[in-house]
Amino acid sequence: MYLKELECSSPCVALDDLILTTNTPTTAGSKMLENYESLFEAEVVTRLKQAGYSVKGKINVGEFGVDLLGETSYFGAVVDGDNLVGATSKVMSDVDAVIGLDVNGEQRRSASLFSFCNLKPTYGTVSRYGTIPVVCSAETVSITGKCPNCVEKAYRAVVGHDDKDGTSHRVESLDKLDQAKEIKKVGVLTAFLDKADESVKDKVQKAIDMLKNNGVEVVEIEDETLLLAKNAWNILMSAELCNNLSRYDGIKYGYRTPNYKTIDELYTNSRSESFGEFIKHVILFGSETLSTENYMKVYDKALRVRRVMVEKFAELFQSVDAVLLPATSKSEYKIDEVKANKFIAFEENLFTAPASITGLPTVTVKGVQVVAPAFSDYKLLDLARKVR
Amino acid sequence: MKYETVIGLEVHVELATDSKIFCSCSAKFGGEQNDHVCPACCGMPGMLPIVNKKVVDLGMTAGLMLNCDINRTTTFDKKSYYYPDLPCSYQTTQWFAPVAVNGLVEIETSKGKKGVRIKQIHMEEDAGKLVHDDWTDSTLVDFNRTSVPLCEIVSQPDLSSAEEVVAYLERLRSLLRFAHVSDCRMEQGSMRCDVNLSVRPEGSNKLGVRTEMKNMNSLSAITRAIEYEVARHIDALENGTEELVQETRRWDDIKGKSFAMRNKETAGDYRYFPDPNVMPIVIDDEWFDKIKSSLPEFPEVKKSRYVEKLGLSEYDAEQLVQSRALCDCFEEACEVCGSPKDVVNWIISDCMKVLNRKQMTLDMLDISGKALGELIVLVNDGKVSRMNAKKILDAIFEGEENPATYAEKQGFIVSNDTGAIEAIIKSVVDSDPKSVQDYKSGKEKALMALFGKCMRELKGNCDPQILKKLLLECVEKA
Ligand SMILES: [Zn+2]
Repeated sequence: MYLKELECSSPCVALDDLILTTNTPTTAGSKMLENYESLFEAEVVTRLKQAGYSVKGKINVGEFGVDLLGETSYFGAVVDGDNLVGATSKVMSDVDAVIGLDVNGEQRRSASLFSFCNLKPTYGTVSRYGTIPVVCSAETVSITGKCPNCVEKAYRAVVGHDDKDGTSHRVESLDKLDQAKEIKKVGVLTAFLDKADESVKDKVQKAIDMLKNNGVEVVEIEDETLLLAKNAWNILMSAELCNNLSRYDGIKYGYRTPNYKTIDELYTNSRSESFGEFIKHVILFGSETLSTENYMKVYDKALRVRRVMVEKFAELFQSVDAVLLPATSKSEYKIDEVKANKFIAFEENLFTAPASITGLPTVTVKGVQVVAPAFSDYKLLDLARKVR
Repeated sequence: MKYETVIGLEVHVELATDSKIFCSCSAKFGGEQNDHVCPACCGMPGMLPIVNKKVVDLGMTAGLMLNCDINRTTTFDKKSYYYPDLPCSYQTTQWFAPVAVNGLVEIETSKGKKGVRIKQIHMEEDAGKLVHDDWTDSTLVDFNRTSVPLCEIVSQPDLSSAEEVVAYLERLRSLLRFAHVSDCRMEQGSMRCDVNLSVRPEGSNKLGVRTEMKNMNSLSAITRAIEYEVARHIDALENGTEELVQETRRWDDIKGKSFAMRNKETAGDYRYFPDPNVMPIVIDDEWFDKIKSSLPEFPEVKKSRYVEKLGLSEYDAEQLVQSRALCDCFEEACEVCGSPKDVVNWIISDCMKVLNRKQMTLDMLDISGKALGELIVLVNDGKVSRMNAKKILDAIFEGEENPATYAEKQGFIVSNDTGAIEAIIKSVVDSDPKSVQDYKSGKEKALMALFGKCMRELKGNCDPQILKKLLLECVEKA
């Protein structure tokens, strides 16, 4: 099963620019942090090094990791011809794994478009210490590799309790990773298939066929509830982003405007001159959702939807071991189309939001996402090996 | 027309922890600017808050001391506003489920006893400090105080005069110091108070326009501010001198006036929401019982026990219950020597003298009660003289914990060898025939001179009664 081991013999990784490293800048794809050097490195970096990995380099991310595929980076979008492709696709051949922070599903989209394997682990199994905080209630360190074996090897290097992260699972809870149930029956969420184009439906069908050929039972699930995750997710994501980005005020570090006389001008101009347009929209939207006037109407409602999503997954997992859905609506994104639709990331995350909002582990492989109960991370990778 | 004043207080106390609320930096007062800081309390990205358990212990303790109900699941929330002394631009506080709610504090004033209801107690982090630098004409930030843990105690509007406010604050201070929750030093800013005040015609059940004065930090300033503010409100109501508006005001104690703060500094929507990085804290029975059983006796309970069970005078007992450290010292010493009256005398006279020399007050006494008790035993057993006992007490103030060993090392142990004592007395008497003569001719003072000489020769290590007896015998013989 581990024949791929040979391909992973000289382990090295690339880190996305939301993972803090010392001696090199960590920019979060923003002018605000253009020259920001952290005083400490992320726990995942320390653990990767301890496991014998070397860090080959840092890669571009969209500003604070919330966009579609890196198109909002201050340092420019990564394209291939007319297509927006993102940085991961450019470095995958040179490294064993790309370690990033899954804020809004970018890594899963990238893995889906380029048939990489990505694991978004169960929330709380990998330390977030030293990752730039954006959506703390949901974001997880995520691992992309060419094959499930590469991903599993890197995941084993970073998984585990960390005292420096208050949301990190205790050691006893992490034992559940080895006790999770094997995935023998997968339910396809047809409501999401209906929102995707033919090329994506085709990929899903191929994945289903491979699963069936490998003895996995596949059933269809007609349930529209999880489609609601997107709107709630966009509210929670924007609110937390707004709050987390409020620390970048031009006072202590990061970009400071030369144009100010008063403290208010220092704040306003530093932020206005360094944040990109999309992030400004997200901040303003998030700020609105948390206002006294809107909190109960909007934010609290989103929290309640989050609970409904958790319950819905739990209900689905009564009848199947995992659910399968696409990660994107299409198989490629034209850069012009992305530039023309400011909120495309808020729409395409229809597919990634259900797993984001619930913190459930997800493997993206052969263009599809499979979501399973918490702590099923290794079982998902076992399943991923079956669709190869 | 007669008016009544309605006052509610928000009191902030710094919790007596060694480290800050979410990182391991020192929470001590003072230090060089920006000495007690790390990436977490400077708001650098990537550090996650880890709750200091001691903070929750003290929050619960404060709640129980003020007769509150404890929320068995308590959560932290974020409160957003921009200010340079707040490095994350949000303060982590408790909004949705504070640690303690629905308390009651009893106060006593010239009008008698009264209960003041506590709305809630919540835990939160302090902000840093802005320092103006005249040299560069710029404002600098000192983050030493950032994330130092605080408790905010919010009362219901149950207070009606400056006298009641002072009584309430003194009562809070006494209870919280007794339980080691906070040292409550207003002059160092470890106890601060926001005063919410309104005035209405007596008997009216409608509240008047409320104004708030923030960050008051001395009892006398609070008294003056309340008196000024009440007069201003009444003047406005009676004479229409100004229109009262709900606002935050700053008290200028030097000018003796309050001033409206610009609306900008005070208005704002704090956008509270639950902090996803801090999991809800569940206080189980074991934890709750541990805190509950560690609560100290209330000061007045201690006082009546001291008077009724230990036979102290009201005055002495009152002196002791000023501070918990004093009571602990007293009780430890009593346990060792078994003589409460001796202990209280030692504390109130001898220890007081040492404190006076150090320009300290009795409530600052911080010596080992066990050592004091052992010293009293040495004196009561006649093993050391009172004169040397004072020297030993000085050593105890310097941290000496074992008076018996110390006394031995210093040669302070009273000799029981009467032969040796008699030999010294004899040599002193022989060398001073004049004093002997004077005594014999009726000058009592001459004996005191001889006594002093002997005591010096003996280095104080002799029971004065025995010395006197032996000296008299010797002089009679001479
Ligand atoms: Zn710190």
